[in-house]
Amino acid sequence: MIHRHIAHTQIQRSKGGILIALAGNANVGKSVIFNYLTGSHQVIGNWPGKTVELAIGRLKYRDKEITIVDLPGIYSLTTYSQEEAVTREFITEMKPDIVINVVDATVLERNLYFTIQLLEMGAPIIICLNQMDVAEKQGLDIDVDKISSILGVPVIPTVAIKGIGLDKLMETAINYRHRHAKPPTYSEDIERIIKILVSKINKSKLDTSYPPRFIAIKMLEGDPYIMDVVAREDPDLIEHVKLLAMELEEKYGEPLYSVIASQRYRIIAKIINEAVRRRAVKADILYYIDRITTHKVFGILISTGVLITLLLWTFYIGDFLSTILEDLVSVIAPVEPDITGSLIDTMINGAIGGIVAGITLVIPYVIPFYLFLAVMEDSGIMTRIAFMIDTFMHKLGLHGKAVIPIILGYGCNVPAIFSTRILETRRERVIASLAITLVPCSARTVVILGLAAAFLGIEAALSLYAINIAIVVAVGYLVSRIYPGETPGLIMEIHQLRIPSPRVVFRQTLHRTLSIIYLVFPIYIIGSASVQALYKLGVLEPINTALSPITSNLLGLPPATGTLFIFGFIRKELILLLLPQVLGTFNIPLVLTATQIFTIALVSMLYIPCVSTVAALSKEFGWRDTIIISIVNILVAITAGSIIYHMLTLL
Amino acid sequence: MSMKHRPNSIEEYLEAIYKLSEGKRDIKTTELAEFMGIKPSSVTEMLKKLAELGYVEYLPYKGVRLTGKGERLGRRITRRHRLYEIFLWKILGKKPDDVHEEACKAEHGVSDETDILLCRFLGAPSRCPHGSIVPACDLKVSTCEDCETVGTNMVKRDDEVRPIAWLNEGSSGVIKFIRGDSRVLRRLIDLGLTPGTRIHILRKAPLNGPVEILVRGSRLALGSDIAANIFVSDV
Repeated sequence: MIHRHIAHTQIQRSKGGILIALAGNANVGKSVIFNYLTGSHQVIGNWPGKTVELAIGRLKYRDKEITIVDLPGIYSLTTYSQEEAVTREFITEMKPDIVINVVDATVLERNLYFTIQLLEMGAPIIICLNQMDVAEKQGLDIDVDKISSILGVPVIPTVAIKGIGLDKLMETAINYRHRHAKPPTYSEDIERIIKILVSKINKSKLDTSYPPRFIAIKMLEGDPYIMDVVAREDPDLIEHVKLLAMELEEKYGEPLYSVIASQRYRIIAKIINEAVRRRAVKADILYYIDRITTHKVFGILISTGVLITLLLWTFYIGDFLSTILEDLVSVIAPVEPDITGSLIDTMINGAIGGIVAGITLVIPYVIPFYLFLAVMEDSGIMTRIAFMIDTFMHKLGLHGKAVIPIILGYGCNVPAIFSTRILETRRERVIASLAITLVPCSARTVVILGLAAAFLGIEAALSLYAINIAIVVAVGYLVSRIYPGETPGLIMEIHQLRIPSPRVVFRQTLHRTLSIIYLVFPIYIIGSASVQALYKLGVLEPINTALSPITSNLLGLPPATGTLFIFGFIRKELILLLLPQVLGTFNIPLVLTATQIFTIALVSMLYIPCVSTVAALSKEFGWRDTIIISIVNILVAITAGSIIYHMLTLL
Repeated sequence: MSMKHRPNSIEEYLEAIYKLSEGKRDIKTTELAEFMGIKPSSVTEMLKKLAELGYVEYLPYKGVRLTGKGERLGRRITRRHRLYEIFLWKILGKKPDDVHEEACKAEHGVSDETDILLCRFLGAPSRCPHGSIVPACDLKVSTCEDCETVGTNMVKRDDEVRPIAWLNEGSSGVIKFIRGDSRVLRRLIDLGLTPGTRIHILRKAPLNGPVEILVRGSRLALGSDIAANIFVSDV
């Protein structure tokens, strides 16, 4: 999707228009509701100063212009993460007319913790009680009206993936806009302190857009942002809070934020007690799938099985589709790069080659791969795999969740690097991205299959994959020891397994594929045209000579392969496509030894992230880390290539 | 030789039994003998004495189980041993293989107050150089922040607490103490792991992997480092 910085004006409602925000925990169906309501009328942008994505959509409902913003999934409103900060800033700065708090009916207790904080923030809210069908299946009888009367806000039951209840939700959202409910109260001793603080805040000239009660509670919880603002504007107040807090902490023998959290949960327990009844239900097939995917032995086998199937499926389906598409496209445009014509012809050929490569490579390999992956993710199987391999991933300085971005990398590195945003720290994101750049994407798979498998046999191709895994593990292991900082422990929600929703799977695949089309296609086209022009102009010859100490001495390859690696920087599969032209013959085994073919395939697999990946890396991490990652790639490729070359020569 | 003249040997036994009872209750005499490198007959004799002193319940042919009193002492010695190993390794830079012997000697000659100060100095570490979990301290605290804000003369806890990493699938416990970093602590608390909450162990991944728990109706996977820091008791 197109990423842009959101200007506040973009979200600003038009005259008489309504601004709705969707807020709630992660994975409760917010995006499903958002997509259902807005269809294709949406943009994705970053909140100023943060790398947090917000989706903004528009729709017309009963003659009203409505703007909907999908806020990030979070669990609390204390500013410990960027997502929490963005949600808070959005609600206070944009003042949405209504906040739809999406709540997962199957994990009601935990979800309502966030609801209470929204109420404390003074946001006008209605509750969307989603996944009612799953709750029903789990034997939960939820008295919707009871929850509504206790909290004093409308509660609308929905099944978002089927669109059930969403019309009522919109209607209620519009009818109840600007209506504020009273937040629940804490125990007497805490309320007494809140009261003291509120009167002090009212008297002080403290300038925040939050309600005084919210500021008071957040000060007691030690919220870093609020404490900062107060410390600057009214330092005496901070001292006062510390004294009051100490008194309570001594009484409870716990930090105050923990006391406040416990009391919120006590309020919720009361609601659950009155509004939810549990029936006994029979275990269904999903229960058994759940048990077996996390079984001590079968779980590991299944995890490995799914990952291998994912790759094999890509090979077979991808290869099959790719051949068909290539035949189709070759009728209208040249597929092979041609650098024999005039300069203009060469450039046009390059540009067309870039488009064709995009269509015949990215689409057939990446889409089936991402479809399968989206099914695994939406069903919840991926979470089980992350759970099973967390220990292994820790050796690489990552935790189990990082398996998703890395696996995505086997399709295309670009969306994989964007998806590292699911990881918590920059350190993890950089290590995961380095691992991603070393993983063979579909373009490199084509080179491995076209060189190693075609000329040396499938064993050679498989051994390249084995070498690759060993290298990713070794590099990850080393880097995680050099890179300062620690891997935070895994805290991951385990959702009920479910039958994947086609709509969600399709959306997810589309989103990832679009990020390839927007970023990779233009680079393919422009890059291919310019690099072919450079070749034509003879600029690459001196580079061949300059690179020959590496290509011929260290790797034992003909110096002409230098050109190949320059081309491969644009699109990895160009290495395969241009090999006959560079060597002057289609009979590759005539001019290259088996060792040389293997070395070219190995080096192509590792030597540098392609231009598109470099662009993605620099967008996410800036140039410094991008350059470091690229240098690591080059060093790894040269080291591995020369070791293999010398070893195979000795044999 | 009278027991009174060899206090260390009581502590050594309780430490050994404590270490063996990570993850289970009853320890077989032969198992203990093998672990300590002592003849089973001498072990049996010593266990009878420990039972007389109220440290263990000893059931002939079945094995031995720590009493509350024995658990407290065993835990304290094990904890001190592991803290010392970490100190020798992380701060003094000794090799992990060389720290055991010295820690064995230090564990009998140090005060409780020094333990607390050492633990704070090391930043409330969770695992010894060999990967074993450092047991919780004796203080009646629910977080490490409580310990930092008050002195070392705190009320002692009266319940047995165990990290959830030692619990078996299907068992449950009430959260008493969460060790370590306040950021992680706050996230856990937001997710409903407040002191006094009962959690159920649903599954444990193989190879010391994450633990899946049920808390307040939601399922969470916690990495083994976090599972080593959440301490629960039976009630």
